[in-house]
Amino acid sequence: MDHVAVNELGFPILTLMLAIPTIAAIVCLFVDAKMARTVALGATLLDLALGILLWASYQVGGDQWQFQEYAPIFGRFAWALGIDGIALMLIMLSVFLMPICILASWTIEKRVQEYMAAFLFVEVLMLGVFMAQDIFLFYVMFEAGLIPMYLIIGIWGGANRIYAAYKFFLYTLLGSVLMLIAMLWMVQTAGTTFIPDLMVYDFDPAAQTWLFLAFFASFAVKLPMWPVHTWLPDAHVQAPTAGSVILAGVLLKLGGYGFVRFSLPMFPEASSELFWLVMGLSLVAVVYTSLVALVQQDMKKLIAYSSVAHMAFVTIGLFAMNQQGIEGGMIVMLSHGLVSGALFLCVGVVYDRMHTREIAKYGGVANNMPAYALFFLLFTMASIGLPGTSGFVGEFLVLIGVYQANSWVAFVATTGIILGASYMLLLFWRIAYGTARTEEAAKMPDLTKREWALLAPIAAAVLWMGVYPESFMAPMRKDVETLVARIERAAPAGDAHIERGAAPAAAADAHHGEGGH
Amino acid sequence: MTVAPNSAAMLAIVFLPLLAAIVAGLGGRLIGKVPAKIVTTGALFISAALSWPIFLGYLGGSYGASVVPVLDWIHSGALQVGWELRVDSLTAVMLVVVTSVSALVHLYSWGYMAEDPSQPRFFAYLSLFTFAMLMLVTANNLVQMFFGWEGVGLASYLLIGFWYHKPTANAAALKAFVVNRVGDFGFMLGIFGTFLVFGTINIPEILAAAPDMAGSTFNFLGMRLDVMTTLCILLFIGAMGKSAQLGLHTWLPDAMEGPTPVSALIHAATMVTAGVFMVCRMSPMFETSEVALGLVTIVGAATAIFAATVGMVQNDIKRVIAYSTCSQLGYMFFAAGVGAYGPAMFHLFTHAFFKALLFLGAGSVIHAMHHEQDMRFYGGLRKSIPITFTAMLIGTLAITGVGVLGVFGFAGFYSKDAIIESTFASGAMGWQFAFGISIFAALLTSFYSWRLMFLTFWGTPRWAGSEHIQHAAHGDHHDHADDEHAADEHDAHAPDAAHVATGTAGYHPHESPWSMLTPLILLSLGAVFAGYLFHHAFIDYHEGEAFWAGAIYFDTHLMHEMHEVPYWVKLAPAVVMAIGLLLAFYCYILRPGFPAKFVEHFRVLHTFLWHKWYFDELYNVLFVKPALWFGRFFWKKGDEGTIDRFGPDGIAALVTTGTKVTARLQSGYVYTYAFVMLIGITAAVTWIMSR
Repeated sequence: MDHVAVNELGFPILTLMLAIPTIAAIVCLFVDAKMARTVALGATLLDLALGILLWASYQVGGDQWQFQEYAPIFGRFAWALGIDGIALMLIMLSVFLMPICILASWTIEKRVQEYMAAFLFVEVLMLGVFMAQDIFLFYVMFEAGLIPMYLIIGIWGGANRIYAAYKFFLYTLLGSVLMLIAMLWMVQTAGTTFIPDLMVYDFDPAAQTWLFLAFFASFAVKLPMWPVHTWLPDAHVQAPTAGSVILAGVLLKLGGYGFVRFSLPMFPEASSELFWLVMGLSLVAVVYTSLVALVQQDMKKLIAYSSVAHMAFVTIGLFAMNQQGIEGGMIVMLSHGLVSGALFLCVGVVYDRMHTREIAKYGGVANNMPAYALFFLLFTMASIGLPGTSGFVGEFLVLIGVYQANSWVAFVATTGIILGASYMLLLFWRIAYGTARTEEAAKMPDLTKREWALLAPIAAAVLWMGVYPESFMAPMRKDVETLVARIERAAPAGDAHIERGAAPAAAADAHHGEGGH
Repeated sequence: MTVAPNSAAMLAIVFLPLLAAIVAGLGGRLIGKVPAKIVTTGALFISAALSWPIFLGYLGGSYGASVVPVLDWIHSGALQVGWELRVDSLTAVMLVVVTSVSALVHLYSWGYMAEDPSQPRFFAYLSLFTFAMLMLVTANNLVQMFFGWEGVGLASYLLIGFWYHKPTANAAALKAFVVNRVGDFGFMLGIFGTFLVFGTINIPEILAAAPDMAGSTFNFLGMRLDVMTTLCILLFIGAMGKSAQLGLHTWLPDAMEGPTPVSALIHAATMVTAGVFMVCRMSPMFETSEVALGLVTIVGAATAIFAATVGMVQNDIKRVIAYSTCSQLGYMFFAAGVGAYGPAMFHLFTHAFFKALLFLGAGSVIHAMHHEQDMRFYGGLRKSIPITFTAMLIGTLAITGVGVLGVFGFAGFYSKDAIIESTFASGAMGWQFAFGISIFAALLTSFYSWRLMFLTFWGTPRWAGSEHIQHAAHGDHHDHADDEHAADEHDAHAPDAAHVATGTAGYHPHESPWSMLTPLILLSLGAVFAGYLFHHAFIDYHEGEAFWAGAIYFDTHLMHEMHEVPYWVKLAPAVVMAIGLLLAFYCYILRPGFPAKFVEHFRVLHTFLWHKWYFDELYNVLFVKPALWFGRFFWKKGDEGTIDRFGPDGIAALVTTGTKVTARLQSGYVYTYAFVMLIGITAAVTWIMSR
């Protein structure tokens, strides 16, 4: 890998995308509050621009790994970056949401410089996770990304922020340690730290199970899967609005990315063997957390629980181990990143006005905030998976994919569309319809220009992904095909076992002739 | 030789309503009420004007089936879904039904919604609905059909809950969406299964491959089942939800919370017929499974009788018509079930006209009666609102199927009689059940339809008992047209007009404006002539085959046989129609006290019907309450009581030795540990790697 030096663009775009927020973060610490906001917004917008350039110059159907950069640091540790289509889409999601997060934090007044710096560091580390081609570089980015997130919850969070930050830590710690041990063993066995090489290395199936479980401990917490999900509602409730957006929008996707980058290609036999573990936990999540969401009184908690249910679709799709399932899982990740991010922004809009997340304090806001209600409705519908929005494409592909693997899983998972509609519409009704239950709710003004700027781009993306998802699926197609080809030998065979009937054509003709039955 | 209809026209028909909806919905505030109404109504009239030539082209045999590609949609492996507009004779029928009724309903709403402050929003929703419905009927693949399917569901949700300050409207909207989702659950599984079995979701390819799959078996949920039967039943569950068939019907009566034009367009003429359309569209597939068709027949027939019985005891004028719709949809389904897809589509076609007419007529009555919907407070209205009365009379003659064999009949005469006769002739699974019910339900149809007419337009005025009328008479002017309410609020057991005060309370009902009367007149023409003009094309064994040209499974033999049924079968509908009329005449004109006495003697029966066979109560106990109970249980006992207690909280207790937990947590010690440990891990990795 030593010969990979200059990429297609002639300059190290990936390193640049990491450097810009890093430098901006340091700058933020040394300027006044107003300037810090501007610097942060400028840096994230610049990264967005570079991201668009990256997407535009990415060759769909070209080499699997593009824009590669390689520089040995010390020992085996190397600055190895590079992306495939799957990483590209998650990078796009991150750089798209970051300026929105910064803009959403415009009203933060407490320690603005540190706040902006923390967010910029989150961006660096998230992008680093998706770009890393060295397994230890990945690990460092993956774990370190949580530090600024702890800070964001722990310093700028709500009343019970310390408890939430603690829970967040405790859950992630155990998984991290196990994953690290597994990584060390893998590097020792395979003799490489280079992720693309590890992805095609065939580990002994007996060892795979243990490795899979070690990684699973980490990824399942991040995603999060039932029953290690209980940190999420607390973290969301306590986090500031932008913290929730980035948490739901990108950080949860690290778990899904881990599954698709490590678990599936590196441990295909184990993935197949532990099919029922993954599916079982995912199905419990769909039904259990949907029912819990149904009875929530706190807006953010409701959306947090709905996230658990939606992220379960990701694992269901990925572990169906076929083209539709994996592409569906990826689209669910992208869609959920946009939609749940937008829903948390919607909560933030009314929270800024009323300073309560209690659903019962609202009602009838469609009267005084019609534009807000329209956005809220759109994102509600996207969350429900209405066709024409991004939510449908992902959900549909996941379910049609997993049906080929197992009809029971598809059957139980599809009940999610009924439960999802119930809790989201109930939420929408209690917030937007009816009559205001408090005077303050009736007096809230409609969206400001800044809030429009937060919600309108996400709305456009949600509809784009719903009507013409090809833009997002085309870059990933070849990578998913490669992955499917690799794991085909282990993929579940499906439970349908169709047996063809006898002499059907003749029967149909006779039937026609009789004109009845 | 046949040609394809103009693809630009097809695009305009489908996408103009969407464009209008966006302009009126997003720009309504900017451009103002009247322009928003002009844009939407104008778009729909253009769509309708473009649709009729296409329909007539198919009628004349000059057009063939064709597909207009629009855009790629979802491509994933073997799954190739596109945005496409399919047009054939089946689509053409739906095009004229949807665009014509929608255009007239738009026009009608100018008058009906004149006092509403949110008119642009209302018109935008109507146009959006029309777009989704058109996407549904032009779908060339199951996924686009599902797009339209859910799209009309969204529009229905928004329009039922249009007056969103009313809790009842919100509840009804939510219920409609969720119950439909139960149906969609089946529909989606049907799509998944279809893709698994056929490797495609394109309708023509599925229909071509279906006969070869007949008799095949597969595993589904651990059971060994017939492939085609399973797939058809799953798809049919979707149809049951959308078309409010028994079991998934509970949302439709509640949907009457929406403004009356909505009821006419969505909950009578178009959206609720989507299920019938789907079964007809997929008819070659359904033909491969006798069991699935048998189920369609039985569910359809059961719905027809269920809804008709409940419709007899309703006092709210809109709910009577809603149950009537439910019942007529049952007719369409069992027609499809016995293989008579032509008559099913024909009834869908004629029903759209006369049922929209009845609903809009009811709206005109409600408008005249100052938003009173309870028929017990009507009476004697035929002289005050003669045009509305005439229109409603025509609608009633059409739905009850009045006509003289071989001479002329109102719309329902041709289509309903065709259903009854073909059911008798088919000999299909469950035909005896369906035939018996079709005759009995026809009697009930006649009874409740004439009951509605007599209570509303004949007798002496009973307006004085109505609070709405009293308000009006005393000059308390209502600003909004949004006071429609269910008659349920009144005493359940006050049987009809028995002890309601008579008199006009000094109120003078006024005929509706011309914007409302014009649609009534045009739809009346449809209700009079739609059957007479088009029955050859839809159901004649020779012309029908040429017209449908493979768009549906058209059984020429059955269409021929149905004319050969015994004479008593042909006569039966007319006889029961007359009996129903006479019964209603006796009960509501000759002996107005009779229904009260009847109810007193059969209180149990009346209560059973009044509670709509207790479906809502049953579902509440079976689904709603357990869902909430489990939600709370999982939250409090699962998440908090088990996972947290033994997970993070338990560990915290161990680490920080009991009593000091809270203090330490709050001072942030644990939080600091976290920080330090992460840095430590990172350092360790670096050290290991640098060796």
